[in-house]
Amino acid sequence: MLAFLLTLGLMLLIVIAVVYAERKVAAFMQDRMGPTEAGPHGIMQPLLDVLKLLQKEDIIPTAADKKLFSIAPILVFVAVFAGFAVIPLAPAVVASGIGIGVFYMLAIISLDVVGLLMAGWGSNNKYAMLGAMRSVAQIVSYEIPAGLAILAVVMVCQSLDFQEISFQQGALMNQFPGLEYEMNWLFGIEALGINTTTIGGITTWNIFRVPLLFVAFIIYFIASLAECNRAPFDIPEAESELVAGFHVEYSGFRFAVFFLAEYAMMVLVCLVAVVLFLGSWNTPLPNIGPFSLAYWTSGTVGELSGILWGAFWLISKTLILLFVQLWARWTYPRLRVDQLMHLCWKVLTPIALAVVLGAGIWRLLMVG
Amino acid sequence: MLFYIFAALAILSGGYMVLTRNLLYAGFSLLVTLLSIAGIYVLLFADFIAVTQLMVYVGGVLVLILFGIMLSSRVHNQSVLSESVNKGWGVLISLLTLCGLGYTILKANFAGLSWLQNADTEILGAQKSTVQSIGIKLMTDFVLPFEIASLLLLIALMGAAYIATDNQKV
Repeated sequence: MLAFLLTLGLMLLIVIAVVYAERKVAAFMQDRMGPTEAGPHGIMQPLLDVLKLLQKEDIIPTAADKKLFSIAPILVFVAVFAGFAVIPLAPAVVASGIGIGVFYMLAIISLDVVGLLMAGWGSNNKYAMLGAMRSVAQIVSYEIPAGLAILAVVMVCQSLDFQEISFQQGALMNQFPGLEYEMNWLFGIEALGINTTTIGGITTWNIFRVPLLFVAFIIYFIASLAECNRAPFDIPEAESELVAGFHVEYSGFRFAVFFLAEYAMMVLVCLVAVVLFLGSWNTPLPNIGPFSLAYWTSGTVGELSGILWGAFWLISKTLILLFVQLWARWTYPRLRVDQLMHLCWKVLTPIALAVVLGAGIWRLLMVG
Repeated sequence: MLFYIFAALAILSGGYMVLTRNLLYAGFSLLVTLLSIAGIYVLLFADFIAVTQLMVYVGGVLVLILFGIMLSSRVHNQSVLSESVNKGWGVLISLLTLCGLGYTILKANFAGLSWLQNADTEILGAQKSTVQSIGIKLMTDFVLPFEIASLLLLIALMGAAYIATDNQKV
């Protein structure tokens, strides 16, 4: 119960920060000021937006399918929020440390698609229907390269547990039960003879430990943009053609829930990218000679210092990735449907398959 | 207790799925059925099966079904409804199946099974999930069925690609 409330609170906090950042970053990139009135530099703006949304009238169109219309936002939000359960926040802090966390996360996210279809159908509106169809086609397609990229990580790490994958990517590795005698080598290859187990920092992050995974990271990041309907893959919500896609008929609190689910999804995919590729809650600073920077900036596992450092690194890296998402939105124009499918099936999927094969070979080099 | 909640949910939604005439509602109640069955799997320590069920059936099959219904619906500006046909035969066959299954279940002496008596609730032991043992089994004892299944899937994939290609070019 405590984990539930903490996760919910943290997620809301990050989402509000991202909503504010979205407006400010967009404004600065377009040489505008963004919100300035509410509070210093307009930082109260997202809170006031939420208040405004909650006060609005809750409208259900008469021609809508009322049951589906009201269940859809709940289902979408529940699916996204359930994904947060397996994300480790710090060493020893994870809501649900199940052994098949990665697999569970992939599966529970696909529930989101059903909610989108429900919303599109229940609204009984052509724009909503088209938006839902496009959205689902896009999410289902891009799950494949994203899944393959994650598979490459799982093959290298030999684990489906987010917490175990996190521990492998840092100087604290030997403190995880089951990994006491594991060693990290430079680029994962023992033959090079450089032991990085106690060096930690960036040298043990997955994208550094196995440089091939950097390709997987890029693929995952592109696919994750598509999965949360972000620009340049925002054809399901294309404001200029479809008004707003599947949530066009929603107002007030129900719209707020959709909005929240969408931003929560952004945060979730960035968290997953950080945990799997960018060293999770591990510090980027390595131990160099007498300067054990990695230990100084990691704290002690299970104590308050460890939790604070872990959460600090994890959330900072996530915010950087979220900034890249916003940056991409204001940099690239929207793709056409055929370009979208071309990118997914003819570019990302073949590369992802090659990366999976390469990751298998790399794993063999790591062992022998 | 949890088991009975999931079981009741599965049965209720399954019944609704069969009885409703609106195909789309049937699809959504199938979602509830699949989710509650996944819950039962988790209670039986079969975490991998539960998540696979979610992945394959909810993420794949169910979405395809819903997609199909939505694409083919509203032809005559009304929701798709399913007609009930073959009522007599359907009832007969399901009753016969029920009798057969009930008879077998009553005849089977569950309490006397030796592996059931020796079973331990601490199935997982030191392991955190069943994935490792499933993987090892798949690559040793059950490698032939596994490979045959993959071959079958490959054939299905090729068939689908062939059907989907534009025949005019051939």
